[in-house]
Amino acid sequence: METTSTFEKIFRGTALLLIVLFFMFPILWIFLMSFQTNETILRIPPSVVFTPTFENYQALITGKLTSAAGTLDIAFMRNLGNSVFLSVASVAVALVLGVPAAYAFARHKFRGSEDIAFTLLSFRFAPPLLVLLPLTQYFQWLGLADTYFGLIWVYQLICLPLILWIVRGYFEDISADVEYAYRIAGHSWFATFRKIALPLAGPGIAAAGLLAFIFAWNNFVFALVLASADKQPVTVGALAFVTASGIQYGQIAAAIVLSITPTLAIALYAQRYLVEGLSLGAVKG
Amino acid sequence: MASTARERKAASGFRISRKALPYVLSLPALLVCIGILVPFLSAVVYSFQRYRLSQPWARQFNWGDNYINFMTDPGFWNTLKVSLIYAGTTVTLELILGLGIALLLQRRSTVNNFVSIMLLMPLMTAPALAALMWKLMTNPGFGILSYFASLIGLEDFRWASSPSSALFTVVLVDIWVYTPFIMILLLAGLRSLPTQPFEAAALDGVPRTFVFFRITLPMLTPYILTATLFRLLDSIQQFDIIYAMTQGGPGDTLTVFQVEAYLNFFQSTNVGRSAALMVILWAITYFLSNVFIKHWLRLRERARGES
Repeated sequence: METTSTFEKIFRGTALLLIVLFFMFPILWIFLMSFQTNETILRIPPSVVFTPTFENYQALITGKLTSAAGTLDIAFMRNLGNSVFLSVASVAVALVLGVPAAYAFARHKFRGSEDIAFTLLSFRFAPPLLVLLPLTQYFQWLGLADTYFGLIWVYQLICLPLILWIVRGYFEDISADVEYAYRIAGHSWFATFRKIALPLAGPGIAAAGLLAFIFAWNNFVFALVLASADKQPVTVGALAFVTASGIQYGQIAAAIVLSITPTLAIALYAQRYLVEGLSLGAVKG
Repeated sequence: MASTARERKAASGFRISRKALPYVLSLPALLVCIGILVPFLSAVVYSFQRYRLSQPWARQFNWGDNYINFMTDPGFWNTLKVSLIYAGTTVTLELILGLGIALLLQRRSTVNNFVSIMLLMPLMTAPALAALMWKLMTNPGFGILSYFASLIGLEDFRWASSPSSALFTVVLVDIWVYTPFIMILLLAGLRSLPTQPFEAAALDGVPRTFVFFRITLPMLTPYILTATLFRLLDSIQQFDIIYAMTQGGPGDTLTVFQVEAYLNFFQSTNVGRSAALMVILWAITYFLSNVFIKHWLRLRERARGES
């Protein structure tokens, strides 16, 4: 359709190369760093030639960091476990609460339905600290301070609006006629929901769940304010680890690699749905 | 007769449950979130109080004093200024870059698809961890970027630890993380545009700059607005990157709203001031999100209509 000149080809190629370089370099560099000892990391000029070592990962996994100065305990695996638990539990709760609500909003225009849906959406855009700072005191009184339960509750602020608005879109895409036909055949509302609506919206619900998982995993401020060391996820834990271990750069890099791998893997797997998820259903991918 | 009676009964039972059903279904989700509204109201109350955690006995209502004091408080004006500069710079640069990259990748090809998937990686990295990655790369001792800076004659360029370059550094990290967000939204927008106007323009030999400014850009506007407002709302509230990178420092160079409120609460234990800051930020985001939701709804309608 359009003619591409050599100049344009070169321009495009160079631009693409620079873009990939800028956006991929940090991940690649930290990845390489995680297989190096401090001696090779500290070389000047920096070099990509080194003998890879698994010491850093070994230290993180065993939780023991042996250096010239002595042995240091690292609780990083605990942080990783916390991240997995908090994210999975939050998404599970958000799915149980959010999917039926999304179905209600998609199928029934009831009094106040849009208001409720928008109230939920507005949580996505409110400054988290506005709620978090008073919440620290409420959690003290309620005995929820520094509990997984309290954290999972607060994580609903990110997971629920996401699930609700994306899954609502998927339910709206299903023709209501199929459901009517099934109901007229004498099946109950719940059977229709379970046998028709859920399977048809299934892939969308799964994708929304994976996205909510990414957002929960990547969250930083909730746990920073509400969780103490033994409940902290990797985002907060890695920061504390930097302060505690000081100059163990190889381990820090390895900790970062372990912390970002799950979300990157999920993103690759669910990339088809990312556009829709990131825009809360406003843009179709 | 018996069967019709049963049918009628079933039908009436059906009607009642049908009316209540949506409420029953959405109630649990709502209840969970109402728990959140209570602390929100408390924050508003705190913002009208003299309330310091170090002097709980002196806690009392001072009504608008926290807000009135802001007028003469250079710290507040600094916070407002830094927040606006941060949001303005990041969103503008990300928009220009994101649009440029989306245009480059518009045509579907193996290479383009591969690049657009690669660009998702920074966006999926937790911003706090991204800040740590850049902190390692800008370390004055061994950081690769510090080394690059020295190669181009910037000996001893101190990135986030110097007041003159701290803002530049966090903006750079923000661009690294969030440009892909704008890029993938605009790419989806570009690829969903109807092809006829472009084919007609190509047939007529219309210059490409004209096509871009008169056809592409106007048709893409709803997507650009959505992406911009989304980013603006997040960027004015940025906390993760700045806190993980510098904790608002050096000095008060990067004390944006949420960082300043966090430090006020946990370091100077001035709950009243912290809450007042958050209420002002909330007012800003409330205004923005109302504008945003209007555009977003229109776009959503369109997306649903096309599918």
